Amino acid sequence: MTGEEIVLAVSRIEERAKPREKCAMPAVTVPVESLAVFMRAIHDDPALSFDMLCTHTAVDWLGENRFELLYVLCSLKHGHYLTVSTSVPRDKPEVSSVSSIWRIAEWQEREVYDLMGVLYSGHPDLRRMFLEDDWNGFPLRKDYKDDFMLELPE
Amino acid sequence: MGLVTNNLPAILDRLPGGGFCVTSIDGIINWSRANSLWPLTFGTSCCAIEVMMAAGASRHDLARFGAEVARPSPRQADLLVVAGTVVKRLAPRLKTLYEQMAEPRYVIATGSCAISGGPFIYNSYSTVRGADQIIPVDVYVPGCPPRPEAFLYGLLTLQKLIKAGESIRRPYIRRKPVLAALPSGMTADQIRAELAVLLQRDSTVDLSGEYAQNMQAGGSKQ
Repeated sequence: MTGEEIVLAVSRIEERAKPREKCAMPAVTVPVESLAVFMRAIHDDPALSFDMLCTHTAVDWLGENRFELLYVLCSLKHGHYLTVSTSVPRDKPEVSSVSSIWRIAEWQEREVYDLMGVLYSGHPDLRRMFLEDDWNGFPLRKDYKDDFMLELPE
Repeated sequence: MGLVTNNLPAILDRLPGGGFCVTSIDGIINWSRANSLWPLTFGTSCCAIEVMMAAGASRHDLARFGAEVARPSPRQADLLVVAGTVVKRLAPRLKTLYEQMAEPRYVIATGSCAISGGPFIYNSYSTVRGADQIIPVDVYVPGCPPRPEAFLYGLLTLQKLIKAGESIRRPYIRRKPVLAALPSGMTADQIRAELAVLLQRDSTVDLSGEYAQNMQAGGSKQ
């Protein structure tokens, strides 16, 4: 499938999925409430068959008061890629976990939780990944501050 | 015993406990310590590629200075080369490794990260600002990362410190940490020539010349 065909097939499954402009790979944005159903559908669809989650990461858009969650999906069967993105508000960062669809998402979501503080509902074991368990705060948030950090002098 | 030590002050030396010892052994011990440093493989980032791999490989050949036997266990090592960034989570492990090493133990901090935190000194939530915040460091080798020549220079500096450092005559005396920076304008050919002279001087003993005369003069001074 070419990129346009993937985007077309995806928008047939979820009509609220908007294709993103200026992307090297096919990419769509979906609303956060339909993410779990949408992911399950494109995983199970035989023509799309996204059976691997390459990367899951998050971007902190402080000015727009939202976290952007990115899922880079790959189909080993057909050899095509798709980037799915969704947004959650910074003050209530809750999204449903995709770890029941792709098992690797367990650790990737733990990493995003550890550094960004996004909460995944339905995750079997949402603990910190790299930092100590008693760490206070989420250090990759743009407004993170602690006593240890040095500010760059002017 | 007193008679013997009075007559042979150059060879024999009193110990704090009242015994005596042949002081040349002391020098030999330091000489052999300096020339058989076994480094602990402790590479946490890019410095490890230059320092532990490139310096140990055949082109630069750390084995010429007796420091090629990199050990994976701190119990068998006496030189801890902190090659790379130390983060908060690693700090207790680094301290444990240092404490597990047997005395005498030496530490070289290579690269900006291990010296001061380097490029991660500002706005970092995790990087420890220098390995010397956790363990005592003997020699600092600057660079980002240091070239293998710079690391060899640092190793030779440490060897000089060991030879001039703690001994039976001067127990518990250790040299202060030094910065082993390569002088500017140095070329690789100059370093090679200097190392050749050093190797010639440090790894050979001339038993017929000045050394023997010193021994005889010291022995017959009284």
